[in-house]
Amino acid sequence: METVTITMKNPPALYLEADNICPDKFAGKTALQIADLHVFEGNTTSTIGKYFDVSGNAGASAADTKIVVKGDVKKVKYIGMKMSAGEIGVEGSTDLYAGAWMTGGKLTVKGNVEAFAATGMKGGELVIEGNAGNYLGAAYRGDWRGMSGGKILVKGNAGSDVGMYMLGGEITINGNVDVHVMTHAEGGKVIIKGNAKSKLGGQLVDGTIIVYGTIDVMMPGYKPIGTVELEVDGAKSKFAHFIGDTGERKKKRKGQIVYGNLYKKV
Amino acid sequence: MSEYIIKNGHVFDPTQGIKGDKADIAIKDGKIIKDSEVSSKAKVIDAKGKTVMAGAIEIHAHIAGPKVNLGRIYRPEDKLFTYQSTTANTRMAGGFSIPTTFKTGYEYAKMGYTTAMEAAMPPLFSRHVHEEMRDTPIIDEGAYPVFGNNWFVMEYLKNKEIENTAAYCAWLLRATKGFAIKLVNPGGTEAWGWGLNCLSVDDPVPYFDITPAEIIKGLIEANEYLGLPHSIHIHPNNLGNPGNYTTTLDTLKLSAGYKAKNKFGREQVMHLTHTQFHSYGGDTWANFESKAKEIMDFVNKAKNVTIDTGNVTLDETTTMTADGPFEHHLTELNHLKWANVDVELETAAGIVPYIYSPSISVCGIQWAIGLELALMAKDPMRCFITTDHPNAGPFTRYPRVIKWLMSNKARQDQIKAFKNSDKVVSATNIAGMDRELSLYDIAQMTRAGPAKSLGIPSMFGGLKPGMDADVVVYDFNPDKPSAPDQIEAAFSRAAHVFKSGIEVVTNGEVVNNGHKRTLWVNAKTKENPQVMRDVQEKFIKYYSVTQANYEALGHHIVPNPYAIEVDATQ
Repeated sequence: METVTITMKNPPALYLEADNICPDKFAGKTALQIADLHVFEGNTTSTIGKYFDVSGNAGASAADTKIVVKGDVKKVKYIGMKMSAGEIGVEGSTDLYAGAWMTGGKLTVKGNVEAFAATGMKGGELVIEGNAGNYLGAAYRGDWRGMSGGKILVKGNAGSDVGMYMLGGEITINGNVDVHVMTHAEGGKVIIKGNAKSKLGGQLVDGTIIVYGTIDVMMPGYKPIGTVELEVDGAKSKFAHFIGDTGERKKKRKGQIVYGNLYKKV
Repeated sequence: MSEYIIKNGHVFDPTQGIKGDKADIAIKDGKIIKDSEVSSKAKVIDAKGKTVMAGAIEIHAHIAGPKVNLGRIYRPEDKLFTYQSTTANTRMAGGFSIPTTFKTGYEYAKMGYTTAMEAAMPPLFSRHVHEEMRDTPIIDEGAYPVFGNNWFVMEYLKNKEIENTAAYCAWLLRATKGFAIKLVNPGGTEAWGWGLNCLSVDDPVPYFDITPAEIIKGLIEANEYLGLPHSIHIHPNNLGNPGNYTTTLDTLKLSAGYKAKNKFGREQVMHLTHTQFHSYGGDTWANFESKAKEIMDFVNKAKNVTIDTGNVTLDETTTMTADGPFEHHLTELNHLKWANVDVELETAAGIVPYIYSPSISVCGIQWAIGLELALMAKDPMRCFITTDHPNAGPFTRYPRVIKWLMSNKARQDQIKAFKNSDKVVSATNIAGMDRELSLYDIAQMTRAGPAKSLGIPSMFGGLKPGMDADVVVYDFNPDKPSAPDQIEAAFSRAAHVFKSGIEVVTNGEVVNNGHKRTLWVNAKTKENPQVMRDVQEKFIKYYSVTQANYEALGHHIVPNPYAIEVDATQ
């Protein structure tokens, strides 16, 4: 695997739209060619090279390419958008839409990400060592197709609307989450190791929410059906089991109604 | 204005019976002239080895107005990754199934379409429709106001008052700058206001005590009383349901005994639109099947009927119609977001996104039905290609529909690509149909036919001297064998497009925004104090706007109108 290192040397005045910072776009290119890829600053089209020092050539394919992003990229959006393979390591924090629509590969952010990270994610792995903003693994505005595959790990906290319209895949949050989890979801799993606030699984058709900490307010559409033992990350614990959202339409499988599941550690 | 001579192209012009012969087409001052009359200053366009046709005419699409715009607003995901930035001749434009007004104009023009009709104008919001048409560049446009659930119409027709209905229709066409009388689910949309629907032509409309059949026949009579350029344009009852072909046949039969009366050369008294959605057999989605043959057996014999196809293009799209109850039905089926609006005294509308997936057998059967209708048409002058944009697919897929109609191989390839191709084949006739439409058939179905049906054959749809110089050159050589995808590529991006004598597209790119016109029909009737008093009374008693704020008047709303005059005072 070849490594391309891009280092912020000239931070933008406005936010930078840089969906070209992606192994698929870098693949097969030299450092010079990569520096020439376009980015948008406001309504101005510019190049990666204007803002970043680029060193190292990319591999022949996305899978052979690793991108290391250094320096302050808090105002850079769309890093790793639509990536299908390879790796990106962001050493600081980044802005909106990190890893949006990614289908494969691994994106690691050492700091925080802003909202809409992993929007419509289909596969691959996203690791956020800091905190995630709102709408992690959710659907694009207006769309009904949220995260459908892959894995997200947030070591810190996450904002509101995690997994809105989620269809599949798994999100683990080691910290706490804000309101609205898996709203409208039709599949997938969200594991919250810390505390949750309210509106978990509102209008959820199908899917699983596991909470280790507290829930401030439960949705009225969830019904307790007993206690179960679950194994998560190799550790077994006991959980109160709720099914819902009973106020929302439900699918049937072999004549049986399929409910979403909410588990709260007891 | 400049002069052009388009030399040595293979000309397809049904109005003159030219079937691919080499001919020169000359243009001067916005009109087609005899090639002998062109001066030496004329710019020469070399069309050797290329196809030359008149500009195509869209007879039915939802491209302007509040319903379309609500679709744009509530589907940001339709615009995602589609925006093209500003160029020297085009503004920023985007959207896929519900493109911006600018993209609508550019895309039609690039495909060689030079005239388009907005298929359902809610009269109350005619200003909005006209404002969007004003902002749709290049192409001439008209709009059909909807009448099939209008309180005035239902009250007059309940008492069999044809003359009053006609006077009201003429007034509304004038007030809204409308082009033709449109019916959408006659009676059914009004019934939707009561939580009901009219699924047959004999279901009574609540409160009004009238049936769809009475509305349809009454509006045919009013239309012919006025002698309008177009006939009634009907989206019949029971759209989109398995087994609905019987309702469609019942609707078509209502045309029996009526003869077209007009000075525009129109022969039909009924245009039945997006027929694909109305040609369904079976009684559930499990035994859903094509009844295209039953429909076309009737249409082929009924000389006073024209249809358009409503071809499914197998895309993710946005359905939108004044058929309010149907959209509710659809959202219950696919569970996607639903918008619903009531338009006081007049109509309603609903919007739901829809994915015509090649993996779903019903979608494959719908795809086949649309193509079967066109392939079974004995008279291509009475069957026109549409996608009921955006309902069965975006209009930008016309080149693909043309490919499927012109190439059996393209159809067979698509059938093989369906996930449930056995099911599609057994529920339809498409697999055994080897007819391949010719370029002449296509010129009839997209040019001369719609022009005649709309009553504008003296202006559009042909290349006779004296007609508007709407001329298209496609980079397609009919003398050479071609792969199906070459058909699609050629029709997607025309080599040259002239609109009213101005070259608006060169090599598939917009080079000029032309002088877009709004076509409308000014029908003069005898003074009718009763209807005028009824109109005033309804505005005072029911409408939430005053009459003065209702009419689509004024240069800022319709900046470049072109009125087609009709005298119904005799």
